[in-house]
Amino acid sequence: MLTAIQIFLLALVLFFISRVVLRAREKVIPAKTAVFWSIIWLSALIGILLPKTTTQLAGIFGVGRGVDIIVYISLVLLFYLVFRVYVMIEDLRRDITSLVRQIALQNASMPPKSTAGKKSGR
Amino acid sequence: MKLVIVVPAYNESQVIEKVLKSLPKKIDGIGKIETVVIDDGSLDQTAKVAKRSNILVLSHVLNRGAGAATRTGIDFAKSIGADIIVTFDADGQHNPDDIEKIVRPILENRADLVIGSRLKKRQKMPIDRFILNWLGNLTTLLLFGAFSTDTQSGLRAFSKSAADLIDFKSDRMEFSSEIIQEAKRHRLKVEEVPTHAIYTQYSRLKGQKNTNALPVFTRTLIKFLR
Repeated sequence: MLTAIQIFLLALVLFFISRVVLRAREKVIPAKTAVFWSIIWLSALIGILLPKTTTQLAGIFGVGRGVDIIVYISLVLLFYLVFRVYVMIEDLRRDITSLVRQIALQNASMPPKSTAGKKSGR
Repeated sequence: MKLVIVVPAYNESQVIEKVLKSLPKKIDGIGKIETVVIDDGSLDQTAKVAKRSNILVLSHVLNRGAGAATRTGIDFAKSIGADIIVTFDADGQHNPDDIEKIVRPILENRADLVIGSRLKKRQKMPIDRFILNWLGNLTTLLLFGAFSTDTQSGLRAFSKSAADLIDFKSDRMEFSSEIIQEAKRHRLKVEEVPTHAIYTQYSRLKGQKNTNALPVFTRTLIKFLR
């Protein structure tokens, strides 16, 4: 018999899985990313439906409770993802700058006294 | 010898005309001096005012920061065949006469990169600025192992080879530390020349805010850990 929390989490995870599938079909997220998130949510599904597996996992790692191991793994994963997002934003920032730079260089408007040999604009 | 003076500017319409007018027209040993203003997505009339002074203006369509604007200027200067590139702030805090002083070591083949240091010689600098500049120097030394008495100075001169070798990527204020780090990495001859900073009410208001020091420090640290 499922407990209330199990039903709640199950609904939530099923919803997340549906998002992954839909976005993957729309090609909004690449296949690799879809696989990554599917693995995350499917392991969550196992943890919810068979809580004993998390306890066993905790036993292997020498952690007291099943819930604890999940919290630890999630935290590590979250930090890693935040880092990835940070790097991605930095890359985007850099791309925007080089775009802005290219536009500026291409539109270099010469002052009236312009001399030959300069890069001409437009 | 062709000298290109790069003036990165962000919202400097009030002073840029005066600054551009004050730039030297002739320096011994330099055949030609050209000036280029990089308008870094200013919200005011900076580009218009600069163009009125009969000076070439490159415009960033978006504000990308002092580092990005400087880089655009250097790239452009290289494309028009500059032998020496000088960066000069648009807010009027540098003394135009110092340009000749920082170009000299390159002309005499003594240096590849010259930093116009506001701190090499004791001079009147507001105490808060003095402390922040030294914190900037200390950070650069600790993170990159490169020392300069004024890592944050906007007045620099690059030889052609220095401009080719120094590859800085920071868009914002951290780029000044990066330049020194790059110079060290390529074993360039770096010289510091004492220059005179003019701290007017305007340049103090317009320049880096003291509170900006922390984000700059954090980003420098992150860049180091990345």
